[in-house]
Amino acid sequence: MAETTAHTVKSFDDDIAQLRSLISEMGGLCEAQIVGAIDALSDRNADAALAIVGNDRRIDALETEVEALAVRIIALRAPLADDLREIVAALKIAAVLERIGDYAKNIAKRASALAQTTRIQPVVIVPEMARIVATMVKDVLDAFVDRDPALAVEVWERDQRVDDYYNSLFRSLLTFMMENPQHITPSTHVLFVAKNLERIGDHATNVAEMVHFSVTGQYIIDRPKSDDTALYTSGA
Amino acid sequence: MAENSLSAQNVPVAQGKAAEQVTTKMTARDVSVFYGAKQALKNVSIDVTQENVVAFIGPSGCGKSTFLRCLNRMNDTVDSARVTGEIKLEGEDIYAGSMDVVQLRARVGMVFQKPNPFPKSIYENIAYGPKIHGLAKSKADLDNIVEGSLRRAGLWDEAKDRLQESGTALSGGQQQRLCIARAIAVDPEVILMDEPCSALDPIATAKIEELIDELRGKYGIVIVTHNMQQAARVSQKTAFFHLGTMVEYGDTSTIFTNPVESRTKDYITGRYG
Repeated sequence: MAETTAHTVKSFDDDIAQLRSLISEMGGLCEAQIVGAIDALSDRNADAALAIVGNDRRIDALETEVEALAVRIIALRAPLADDLREIVAALKIAAVLERIGDYAKNIAKRASALAQTTRIQPVVIVPEMARIVATMVKDVLDAFVDRDPALAVEVWERDQRVDDYYNSLFRSLLTFMMENPQHITPSTHVLFVAKNLERIGDHATNVAEMVHFSVTGQYIIDRPKSDDTALYTSGA
Repeated sequence: MAENSLSAQNVPVAQGKAAEQVTTKMTARDVSVFYGAKQALKNVSIDVTQENVVAFIGPSGCGKSTFLRCLNRMNDTVDSARVTGEIKLEGEDIYAGSMDVVQLRARVGMVFQKPNPFPKSIYENIAYGPKIHGLAKSKADLDNIVEGSLRRAGLWDEAKDRLQESGTALSGGQQQRLCIARAIAVDPEVILMDEPCSALDPIATAKIEELIDELRGKYGIVIVTHNMQQAARVSQKTAFFHLGTMVEYGDTSTIFTNPVESRTKDYITGRYG
């Protein structure tokens, strides 16, 4: 973890602590939303799914709060070096978390729809995939709050597993749809859910890069994109 | 560091982007300053170029003003001060016996924290230097130098109708621009500024900062400032001094976003002891 000495002006440290705490709260809500949406999906619980959709407003409100605080710190404190990088990172991370919240909300909407269709077998992979991305979101924000670039890199590398799950799920769902046209509706919903989770993984990876830059001033070298389903042309 | 700018001149094109083309005005190598037995500055090496304003930052007593004052031998006036190392202006050793110190201080002009116009007319403030250095052949020549210097210092429009009024009758910011015009009048190579805005209001400060930017490219400019934001705004290169050592020197944009040394970071982010 990176060393931090206190600022001579203590209220500056209070501002930064408050910013970290807001980001942390947003991250906690996102993680809960992902888990909640997937639970609603697994339990075929449309009411729980509806509650998840409603909760998204709280994440949006927190994003506004982060933005206001970050702008205030920039205006009043004129932060430099690692302080400046951290505040810019917080602004960007808040926007990403808001987006992750939207994905969780979309999953919850699909969960409502899925509750009314036939249960399909590949769905069992989805909770495992969700568990990985929810943990990625949690860990990457711990890395931000603790200023831990090693943890950020570790989360960044973990996205490979999410992509692997997604690629494998994509193939099973295609096969499943070809076997029985009745599976097309639920399979399509599940495919979108998986895509949303895969996107959350990508966003967590981006946050890992922001955290790494914020703490060290160095960029992580680009990881090759491994969602290869765009190249997929045949169900055979 | 100094080595980089030297190699930048030797290597025509750096990989990836064009090498920085610079005209070096002054070079300082291994400069140390002692006040009696106490060493106030330790082995500082730096280049002053025409293209890049250099800002010296650091806490009080860090050696930045001491170093600045070496560049035109202002430390000669301090009896106990002893300077070692080498400082060259256009390749000429400024501490050599043959160097005319009066001439040197015309070639390396200085602007101080507190504006210090002569208690004479605005016109005389500017004309005095060119007259004693024999830069004007006629009254018309002198008038031209006065007008040109005041124009370059951004003071002409405000001063042209009151050239015979006393320089001390101007506002603080105008007086500081008058001092800059006075330094420019003798056609210097380098202008040293020791906290030129710390006695000025924000508008006068902005005018001086704009002026520094306009003068860049024509003169080598070195500015000492306690105002970090000012260093960030006016300079292309920044040197951070601490306890007599130059801790870090580099592009201003790098120093203020991603400094290498933790002492630099702690100072600029307000964590310094």
